[in-house]
Amino acid sequence: MEFNAITIAFFVFTAITLLGAIGVVTTRNLFRGSVWLMVSLFGVAGYYVLLSAPFLAAVQVLVYIGAIAILFTFAVMLTRSLTRLQDRFNRVLPSVIAAVALFVLLVGAVIWPVWGGLSVLPEVDTVATTTDFGIALVAGDGFVLPFEVASLLLTAAMIGAIVIARDED
Amino acid sequence: MVPLSFFLISAAALFSVGAFGVIARRNGVAVLMSIELMLNAVNINLVAFWRYGNPATELGGFAFAAFVFVIAAAEVAVGLAIVITLYRLRQSVVPEDADVLRG
Repeated sequence: MEFNAITIAFFVFTAITLLGAIGVVTTRNLFRGSVWLMVSLFGVAGYYVLLSAPFLAAVQVLVYIGAIAILFTFAVMLTRSLTRLQDRFNRVLPSVIAAVALFVLLVGAVIWPVWGGLSVLPEVDTVATTTDFGIALVAGDGFVLPFEVASLLLTAAMIGAIVIARDED
Repeated sequence: MVPLSFFLISAAALFSVGAFGVIARRNGVAVLMSIELMLNAVNINLVAFWRYGNPATELGGFAFAAFVFVIAAAEVAVGLAIVITLYRLRQSVVPEDADVLRG
């Protein structure tokens, strides 16, 4: 492993992602929390670019930052979470211990023994394009059934969200 | 390229931060935000395994990540609708206050 531009970009995106995530879970003001969420999601979009998946990076920016984070901003405003600043956390110390234990367990017991070291590099440089993915999405031997199920799920979720949040009067 | 383990460790850290948020935060909207962080960590793993596997012909990880986007959008829409309804009924966004089904 050498320190080239991709490595530096990886560490920059890691810093953006993790700092944004820590901002989400620790900030007192939830409006700022949604902005931190956008920062973190932008770092993840950078990961997708590094992993040669520009389509997913674009979808990440459009759907996550453009739609989901804005939806969170609306929910924060509608529920007046800004005024309820006390009781930010449940029990902090057991939660921190649980999260750190989870991380140590994931890295120490799964990631490092199985895919550890600095050796696992991609074998091929040719990657399927967005056109390939689009064809696979509607091809009979591809992902046409999950595609249809996903569209049905989105329709059901949209109708369900309207029904749940609708004012009764 | 950076080794695969870097992506996996970074995703594990993101997942752990999200898990801390789900356990520790009292605000329902913040809990949903933390769930989004965990879903993103899973997506990083899926795309990383796709890229470091056989990315030219196997599209499974890529497609799985795309479907996780769909699930996340649906989950946020329904979850925030529930939070807003809970706020309207109880004037609270704390998940512990939604205990009418408790026996």
